[in-house]
Amino acid sequence: MTQTWFAVIGSSLLCYGLKFLGTVVPHSWLEKPRFTRVNNLIPVALLTALVAVNVFATKTKLQVDQRVIGIATAIALLYLKRSFLTVVVGSALISALAYKYLF
Amino acid sequence: MSVKRDAMGLSFAVGLYGSAFGAAAVANHFSVAQACFLSLVLFSGASQFAVVGVIGAGGSALNAIGTGGLLGIRNALYSLRLKSILQLRGLKRVVGSQLTIDESTGIALAQENKSNSITGFWYTGIGVYFWWNLFTLIGALGAQSIGNPSQWGLDSAVPAAFLALVWPRLKDRNSWVLAAAATALSLILTPIFPAGLPIISCALLALIFGWRV
Repeated sequence: MTQTWFAVIGSSLLCYGLKFLGTVVPHSWLEKPRFTRVNNLIPVALLTALVAVNVFATKTKLQVDQRVIGIATAIALLYLKRSFLTVVVGSALISALAYKYLF
Repeated sequence: MSVKRDAMGLSFAVGLYGSAFGAAAVANHFSVAQACFLSLVLFSGASQFAVVGVIGAGGSALNAIGTGGLLGIRNALYSLRLKSILQLRGLKRVVGSQLTIDESTGIALAQENKSNSITGFWYTGIGVYFWWNLFTLIGALGAQSIGNPSQWGLDSAVPAAFLALVWPRLKDRNSWVLAAAATALSLILTPIFPAGLPIISCALLALIFGWRV
């Protein structure tokens, strides 16, 4: 089994297990204020790290290329309160143009 | 009944994002089957994008599983919160668990009575599941038929999707400071740690920021 399949199946089973877990455990287990607070912050930390790494990293090297222009476009579109798809497609479009003409 | 209409409208709008996921997965060297497997079995947007993002950045499988799993913890809290409303048993519990995501929980908790909550949950859950999987397949097949992902801007579509997912969560000073810290830490660690580890390391920041107060 390839690494990718291992990741795909493993994460799928784990995430399904987490969904199911909530129907099994008593409320007192998970509804601790500190746990809830930390859990609300996990997506902020992980998703911004994923943004940073996917924009600036190529394997273990840092690099500035068309992706920086792409993410700047995404930030501008989010400021303008555009929808998810507009942000993603707009960012891809500008990045593709930058790749073609600048890098 | 307006809850059904709301649920179906939201389902289609959210399901459309599936095309971005399918395309992102294939651009990061996942096969169409792997992209579809994630949408069918994992079925939680942020975790799916995270698995693709970590593997795409060169991270290990365990790393991808850990990052996806951390983002999936909130679904456990959703099903816990919905437990007394839905009261799922048997097969319904198995299926209902899978459909417990941001959108179905959001619609269910926004209703004023229990029967509308239950209707909203199932209509949204099944609706998103259907459209999300259909559009994942379309996005993945579309991305497969094109050549170099950079030429189509797909290398920027992935971080743009992450940013759009985190944007609504940046509501106060604490979350902006955390976001800045996570950006800095992940980039500082990138040349030092094996790929993928800098991302999951940032979960520690969430622990630190959430612990105090």
